[in-house]
This record gives sequence, C-alpha cells and structure tokens, in this order.
Amino acid sequence: MDDVQHFAGPPDWLWYILAYFFLAGLSGGSYVLATLLRLRNAPGDEPMARIGYYIAFPPMLIAPLLLALDLGQPWRFWHMMWNTTPGHPGLNFKYWSPMSIGSWALVVFGAITTVSFAASLVRDGKLRLPLVRWLDNRPFTIFGSLFGLFIAGYTGVLLSVSNQPVWSDTWALGGLFLVSGLAGSAALMLLLARYRPEARPSAGMLSVSERLYALLELALIVVFAVTLFAAGTQGIVFGLPWLVLWLVALAGLAPGLYGLVTERLSADGAAAVRHSLAVPLLVLAGVLALRAAVIFSVQV
Amino acid sequence: MPHITPGQAYGFFTDTSVCIGCKACEVACKQWNELEGNEPSFLDGFDNTGKLDAENWRHVQFHDNVPDESLTTGNGKAWLMMSDVCKHCQQASCMEVCPTNAIIRTEFDSVFIQPDVCNGCRNCIAACPYDVIGASHVNGIAQKCTLCYDRLQNDMTPACAKACPTESIKFGPVSELRQTAAKRLEILHAQGVTEARLYGHDEKVYGGLNAFFLLMDRPEKYGLPDERNAVPPSRNNAGGYLTAAVTAILGVLGGLIALRHRKEKVTGAEGESDG
Ligand code: SF4
Ligand code: SF4
Repeated sequence: MDDVQHFAGPPDWLWYILAYFFLAGLSGGSYVLATLLRLRNAPGDEPMARIGYYIAFPPMLIAPLLLALDLGQPWRFWHMMWNTTPGHPGLNFKYWSPMSIGSWALVVFGAITTVSFAASLVRDGKLRLPLVRWLDNRPFTIFGSLFGLFIAGYTGVLLSVSNQPVWSDTWALGGLFLVSGLAGSAALMLLLARYRPEARPSAGMLSVSERLYALLELALIVVFAVTLFAAGTQGIVFGLPWLVLWLVALAGLAPGLYGLVTERLSADGAAAVRHSLAVPLLVLAGVLALRAAVIFSVQV
Repeated sequence: MPHITPGQAYGFFTDTSVCIGCKACEVACKQWNELEGNEPSFLDGFDNTGKLDAENWRHVQFHDNVPDESLTTGNGKAWLMMSDVCKHCQQASCMEVCPTNAIIRTEFDSVFIQPDVCNGCRNCIAACPYDVIGASHVNGIAQKCTLCYDRLQNDMTPACAKACPTESIKFGPVSELRQTAAKRLEILHAQGVTEARLYGHDEKVYGGLNAFFLLMDRPEKYGLPDERNAVPPSRNNAGGYLTAAVTAILGVLGGLIALRHRKEKVTGAEGESDG
C-alpha cells in the first residue's frame, strides 16, 4: 500500500492545548472514578469519592481560559456557541465537528463539576448550600460521568478529525487519551489520599483500577502504532526526539503493569499511598508525555 | 467577460503548461488585498515565498524537473511551475470543521472566511488538505484567498487572473472553465504531451474544486493529494468516537472490577451511604 499523502499545515496548537488535553483527561477521569466509588453506596468510599470531585473542578475553571488564550482573538471565544454571521443569528452546533461539540460539552461538564465540587464542600461541612447537595444525586453524577468520559476522550477524536499526518491516520487517539486520563486520575487521587487519611481504605480500588488502565493503555498504544505503520507515518511520531517522550509515557505505565504482574488484582493499595510519592508522579508525567508526543511531533 | 452574476459558481482554471513563473499573480494579489510582503529569502529553485499562508494567497511553485542527463528540453518538463491558490472545494474540509461557522460559501460559490466571525481557533488549518490557510500574526484570525470576493461583488475579475500575462490563470463560470480545460487537455494530448492531466475538474477530489488545475505531472509532485486520499476529515468521526466509546465501556468495567476487589479488603464501616 502506498503511503497516505498529507499536505495539511500545522495549526500551531502547542502548550495551551497540551495543558488543556492533560487537564481535561484528569478532570473527566476523576469525576468518573469518584462516581464509581460513590455508586457502591459504601460510606468507606465517600472520602475518596470527594477527592475525585474536588479534583474534577479546578481544571474546568482553567481549561476554558487556556482555550480562550490560545485563540487568535481570545475575546471572541463565544463565537463557538453563537453564530455571528450577519443575518444568521443562532446557536452554533455542528455535531460533525468535534471542536464544536467539545465547546458545548465543556460548558455542560464545567457546570456539573461545579455542582459536585460545591456539594462535596457541603458534605465535608465547609459550606452550607442545601440546593447543590440536593442536585448532586445519583442520576446527576451518572449523567456527569458520561460527560466526564466524553471530555477526557474527545480531545483525541478532535485531532483525528483533521487532515494531519499521524492524527488522521489513526482511530485510536480518542480511546488512548481517555484511558490515559483515567490512569492519571487514579494516580492523582491516590496522591491526594496521602493528605486525607479517611480516604485511604479506597486506595486499593484505585491502584487496582490503575493497573487495569495501564494494560488497556498499552493495548491502545499498540493499536495506535499499528494504524500508523499501515499509513506509513510512524516515523513522524516515533522518531527522535519524540521517542524520549514515548519512553516517559511507557515508564508511566510501568507501576501499573508491574502491580498487575506481581499482585494481580489484589487490592492492597493502601501500602502504595503510604510509601510512594514518586509513583503517582511518574504516572502523571506519562499522561503528559503521551499527549506531548502526539501533539508536538506532528507540528514542530 | 460578461457580467459576474451572483448565484452562479465562479472559479479559476489554472493551466500550468503555460505558466512562466513571473509571479505577477502573487504581486497583484498582495497589492489588491493589501497583504504584507515577505522577508526576502531564497528557497529551492526560484521560490522566494515558500507557501500559501495568511499573507500569501497566491504562490507560484517551482519544481526543478530537469533530468540530470538531458539532450532536449520542452514539453514543460524542464521546470514545473504552478500558481497555487485556495481550491474553493465543493466539500471544503476547512468549512466542515470550523466551529464558529466563520467559513461560508458565498453567492459566487466560493469559500470565504468572514474576518469578523473567525476567532482564530485554527481548526481549519489542521483540516485544509492543501495547506492553504494561515493564521495572521497581525489580527490572529485565519486568512486565505477570497476569490477577490470584493471585486466579484463589483463585477471585477480577481486580481491574479487579471494580471497573469500568459493567461495561465483563467477566471470565469466554473461550467465554462471545465469546457475550456477539456479542450486544452485534448490539444496537449494531440501534441503528444501525454503527462498533461486535469486535477479537480470532476467530483473525484473533494466533490470538485472550483479552482482546478491542468498539471504536467502527478498531483503529489505539486503537494496535491490524489483521489484516494482526498476525503474530508469527517471520515474519522465514526472510528474515533467508536474507539473512545469502547474504551469508555472498558474503562467503567475496569473500575467496577477494581471496586469488586476493594470489597474484599474493606470490611468494616460498610452500610448505607448518604450519597
Ligand atoms: S483548499 Fe483548503 S482552504 Fe480552500 S476551500 Fe479547500 S479546504 Fe478550504
Ligand atoms: S480559525 Fe476561524 S475560520 Fe478557522 S476554524 Fe477557527 S473559527 Fe473557523
């Protein structure tokens, strides 16, 4: 098969976008994990669930800011939602453009994470807002999790829906970014559980989930590589210096995969919380490196 | 030329077999559209522009095609020259992905970026398969050839076509241009110029290009994707979302499996939660 021909130029999506993709993965992933924990209906898991909802909120404050700052005309960020074409006022929503859906999803998920964040403060006795406590019920958080999964994953689809080499040669990026966001979220929640002793009983669940996500991520990296080999564009993303970033991304999978080999699915994650700061940081570095390799290799 | 009538499709037929690389089109475009000049630079061949971008809406490509050992020149082979421009695609990738609806089809069936609507997200740059659009460093928005929208509205031929001394760039109603192109191809083939071919004249690439070309070599020589590769970006929507959805299901399942194992460990303090 002939190599796929690409002549599209780089859009210069660099640091702001990398930071956004990273934060979106962590916010969406943490919300989903927090909801899974809470769905068990066990008070023992509630403190860790709240950590998840706390994490999910700040990125949704920062992310729209980063996205707006990356625009050539930051004050026109609202043009994503409202059509300003003379004579054609109305909402802008193009279901076939991931960037268009993504901007709406950001608004909705931003509101959802705000409610769940405030509700966690209420539950922790730091705030008195009965309304949010009432809003933040089971159907609400399940609904929110669907958006969390979307926000964590659509960033990869957004890249693929282009004519860029690498990005448009694979259908694995959405899944890859999603699962790496989940793995990173598990690691970040474990990291923060160090500062919230009541949350530690749930650490086992997170470290087991991180192992499973590491395995799934590895599988998707293989799929990603295979699709690029088929298109003949593997040299762009797996050449030097990007190889270094891939090594960091793989190193981020190492703790999870090692745990899977040695401890399988036994849930003794509390030990991980006590002993290691480096491990979750390594996992998070891997999450960042994966996105950096994909974004930068194509555009520099 | 008869009056330029709104409601009809207009475009360019660029016949590269007669292009002499004089760059009159580039200069005329810059002058009319008040685009910034380039820093002088000497690139490959005679190119001192580089590529199409926010400030260069016409760009004459020069490809040295001289065989190392050759006794004769001719048949347009010595140099390949092509005045490149926005193709005003029927299925325009840029328009498809633009989240603000800044990119519209005008009453002349051209593809136009509305300068006061675009917010500079640059999604169109990632999508244009011809690397036509650039982000202006002056106003931050996406810019490209407008097919001289303002001139068309005033019944004037686009500046590049007007300036081209060899009539390599022909402007007119697309249907007429297609006939002209077919005739020109026939003549060249009759003269034995077998490598001459049309690109973008039919719907095989992006549903047809309103600015199409007569080329003297394979399309990829000029940075143009062939028919197999000319598919709009939405081709990747289904596969991308499907993989993400399957991963989402597996991710939730993974979380549930992990929770099941957590149950074994945490035996105390379980009961009805307040959540
Ligand atoms: S050539 Fe590029 S910029 Fe021009 S209409 Fe086609 S996709 Fe859009
Ligand atoms: S840069 Fe402007 S024209 Fe291009 S996709 Fe974004 S809003 Fe649309």
